[in-house]
Amino acid sequence: MAVITPRQRAGWTTANFVVIALALIPVLWLLSLSFKTPAAVVDPSLWPAQWTWGNYSGILTSSQFLRPLLNSIGIGIISTVIAVVLASMAAYAIARLRVPGKSVLIGMALLIAMFPLIALVTPMFTIERALGLFNTWPGLIIPYVAFGLPLGIYTLSAFFREIPWELEKAAKMDGATPFQAFIQVIAPLATPGMVTTAILVFLACWNDFLLAISFTSTIDSRTAPAAMQYFSGGSVFTVPTGPIAAAAMVITIPIIIFVLFFQRRIVAGLTSGAVKG
Amino acid sequence: MSTTTQAVTGTEAGEPARKKGRTQLSEGARAERRLGFLLCGPAVLVMIAVTAYPVGYAIFLSLERYNLALPQATKFIGFGNYGAVLSSPYWWHALLVTVVITVFSVAITLVLGMLLAMVLHRTPFGRGTVRTASLIPYGIVTVAAAYSWQYAWTPSQGYLSALFNNSAPLTSQTEAIIIIIIAEIWKTTPFMGLLLLAGLSLVPEDLQKAARVDGATGWQRFTRITLPLMKPAILVALLFRTLDSFRIFDNIFILTSGNNGTGAVSNLGYDNLFSALNLGIGSTISILIFICVAIIATIFILGFGTAAPGSDLGKG
Repeated sequence: MAVITPRQRAGWTTANFVVIALALIPVLWLLSLSFKTPAAVVDPSLWPAQWTWGNYSGILTSSQFLRPLLNSIGIGIISTVIAVVLASMAAYAIARLRVPGKSVLIGMALLIAMFPLIALVTPMFTIERALGLFNTWPGLIIPYVAFGLPLGIYTLSAFFREIPWELEKAAKMDGATPFQAFIQVIAPLATPGMVTTAILVFLACWNDFLLAISFTSTIDSRTAPAAMQYFSGGSVFTVPTGPIAAAAMVITIPIIIFVLFFQRRIVAGLTSGAVKG
Repeated sequence: MSTTTQAVTGTEAGEPARKKGRTQLSEGARAERRLGFLLCGPAVLVMIAVTAYPVGYAIFLSLERYNLALPQATKFIGFGNYGAVLSSPYWWHALLVTVVITVFSVAITLVLGMLLAMVLHRTPFGRGTVRTASLIPYGIVTVAAAYSWQYAWTPSQGYLSALFNNSAPLTSQTEAIIIIIIAEIWKTTPFMGLLLLAGLSLVPEDLQKAARVDGATGWQRFTRITLPLMKPAILVALLFRTLDSFRIFDNIFILTSGNNGTGAVSNLGYDNLFSALNLGIGSTISILIFICVAIIATIFILGFGTAAPGSDLGKG
């Protein structure tokens, strides 16, 4: 690989360019739609003929989008924190302690990771209505935590096994209890893995649509992806293409930020549990 | 692996103590075990409460005639709902659509994911940029991407529709399913590519070099060395993608709402609950989907053998 012929250079440039273009064109199309005026929306060019901030100012002053955006952020963060804390505890036990039934737990996590969400919707809908959880934040947080846990346990136990044992032993020799050893020695070392896991769990919550439309009925708890379909145009005959595109861009921005700042960690997290087997 | 080692050393060191039974665990080991259960407990409870319990409840509901519009008519009817669903053309059609989407999207994603992994693995420059770009489809909210595809194919408005003489493909069954498959492929190829890339980086470079010296062509090296060594990574990626694709809902909901015979089993289940308010039939569909997923997972896990994901984590 040290010497690249001009032909190889051209070949790889093309390959890189094709990948980048394929990945970005649908996003650029949304971006372009979000800046088009209602009159310009009917023009299929990627470059808006008339530019406007109107779509953004429209949705960002409307409670029909702001409230769901707040719900998405709040529900996403709370679910992520709970899932990462619970998953860290379990992953620590799996990676470090001699506990019977470890493989049962791993198997269970794997089963839940593969779980068809729709199979949950009908019974959970009934249960949530009976418990008064329907259309509330906890009504979404609880399933999000449950589905974040397998991902978290899987990713974190892979990370935790890379942490040097000796430090924990040294702490115990110095008189720390297993719990103190966990909090004071292992937790700081485990932070990178936990950040990675948190990003993956948050993305999963942020992305969810099926549970969000099934367990909510008003903007009190509806998340942003579920709220977009309820946008209305300027009149009954106008399709709200511009506002929906702007909303789609707003919920895409956090992802672009995560990807730009944490791409190595995201890749490491995605592939950790899966390939080492 | 280390479980075996521990067990062996345990027997050697604690031979006399062992005969007195299991209560002879040392104080430290008991504390460790107690801590282990305490640490795993909350996670296990939440997972059971949100999955095992509702599935059990769904089995119960699936044996009842239970329509929210007619609550008085609720009654235990055994396997009546199963008979109704399995003899309904809607179920079999939705299952067929789901299988078609799954097979095509997973197969094409595997090929494209392999190409993406090759580019990420071998490109001599711009690797970081390519990786950043390819993570965006992975991370983007499926619904946001689905709107992008929907508007792209809207006649006299979308850039893709304009390329195809302003056709309205989302209103025809076959074309709409092709677009749904394209949307799935676009969204999931990066994930496949990254999983395969991790497998690819485990293939020793020396082996490739040795084969090149022996005169193997690029294709021979790929099929004889790279692919066999990547088999575990490929199987894991295929399993995750297949089960994920089988659950397809978001793309179809936004692109076609399941109209014109484009709905997958998840869309059928959703419609049954929220349009027909039929909890009995909805639960029956849930259970049937669950069984389908279990069958797919079993087939894959039998194919894995010892390479099953988690078989390594469970030890240690």
